[in-house]
Amino acid sequence: MGVNVHIEDTGERYDCVPGESLLKAMLRLGRRGIPSGCHGGGCGVCKVEITRGAVTTGAMSRAHVSADEEARGCLLACKAYPLSDVSLRVLGRMHKNVCRPAAKA
Amino acid sequence: MALTGVLRPGHAQLRVLNLEEGVHHYRDVLGMVETGRDEQGRVYLKCWDERDHNSLVLREADQAGIDFVGFKVLDKATLDKLEGDLRAYGLATERIPAGELLATGERVRFRLPSGHDIELYAEKRAVGNGLQVLNPAPWTKASENGIAPVRLDHCLLYGPNIAEVQKIFCDVLGFYLVERVLTPDGAGNVAIWLSCSHKVHDIAFVEHPEPGKLHHLSFLLESWEEVLRAADIMAMNNVTVDIGPTRHGVTRGCTIYAWDPSGNRFETFMGGYQPYPDYEPTTWTFDGLGAGGGLDYPQRKLHESFLSVVT
Ligand code: FES
Ligand SMILES: [Fe+2]
Repeated sequence: MGVNVHIEDTGERYDCVPGESLLKAMLRLGRRGIPSGCHGGGCGVCKVEITRGAVTTGAMSRAHVSADEEARGCLLACKAYPLSDVSLRVLGRMHKNVCRPAAKA
Repeated sequence: MALTGVLRPGHAQLRVLNLEEGVHHYRDVLGMVETGRDEQGRVYLKCWDERDHNSLVLREADQAGIDFVGFKVLDKATLDKLEGDLRAYGLATERIPAGELLATGERVRFRLPSGHDIELYAEKRAVGNGLQVLNPAPWTKASENGIAPVRLDHCLLYGPNIAEVQKIFCDVLGFYLVERVLTPDGAGNVAIWLSCSHKVHDIAFVEHPEPGKLHHLSFLLESWEEVLRAADIMAMNNVTVDIGPTRHGVTRGCTIYAWDPSGNRFETFMGGYQPYPDYEPTTWTFDGLGAGGGLDYPQRKLHESFLSVVT
């Protein structure tokens, strides 16, 4: 059974299956501009803030997510795996690209 | 002998977020040979056909990226001379004692104005490639494990002040410029490919505001067919691929860019051509890098990740 993910900034929703990262599932939206980088938690292009719901995470580079941020739910989407339905906001480069005008979609 | 001074890129130390995932990637998927572990916990690997003890050192850390790149020089006299030349040029150098890296002699380290640490060393223990030096077989079991590149080939680094970096490599260390990409206004370079040998690049740089960044570490394959086989092996092992298999216009190299489990990009590469120091450097305009096929010759576009995704 998958869970549902809500992108607060755009109102979009997508499904994420067990073991799949928030980023990999988001890419299935097929939208241009979703920053797909290293998928290894190293490059920092996929930063999000979890505002509701629970996730587990893999190792993420401290160059991009401080311990404080991690405690507040600011994470790299490629290393975050949802345990429940999740709402998130997109940050940094992720915000700039995902929230580009709809004409670009 | 024509090849003197700086011989080749001999080692690089990468930071990985999880050591055993990194070892699995570089040893079992890329197919390097593990040659040692030290008391700091670092893991040492070499490509099967390399003769020295190590070319890749993995260090577990909480940030991905590259710690340093080391170049092997001809001998100790060359090391002393180049250290003097770097100091005379105005760079600070530091000596790191023999043995700090396993099987490796004394290293001279200096920091580039791009923020990268570069080392020179003259000695690393030869452990051979698994073949006899006398009447050897052409290949070995290790050459058939994983992607199995023959050597660490080059790296591409991102950071500021690459015009100054070019001067250090060319005026002090004896490298020459093979290819370059101009800035959009044509007044400077945004990217440079530098050689100390007969290779299209031993190191390359892209101008970038953040210092000390890694774009990729590249490993050499011997045929296009091996590059395609590398793509199969990456897919079988869920390695995230960035670009390729394709051909770069720049250097004419055939390539795949992909990421290790910590997000460090690596390349499996073959081909190019054999430049000489007297050749006029090949020049690409900024548009030539994208629409001209400099990055990806068949696709003729500037993949967004090329200028934005680094560790
Ligand atoms: S895609 Fe690189 S950190 Fe997520
Ligand atoms: Fe390369």
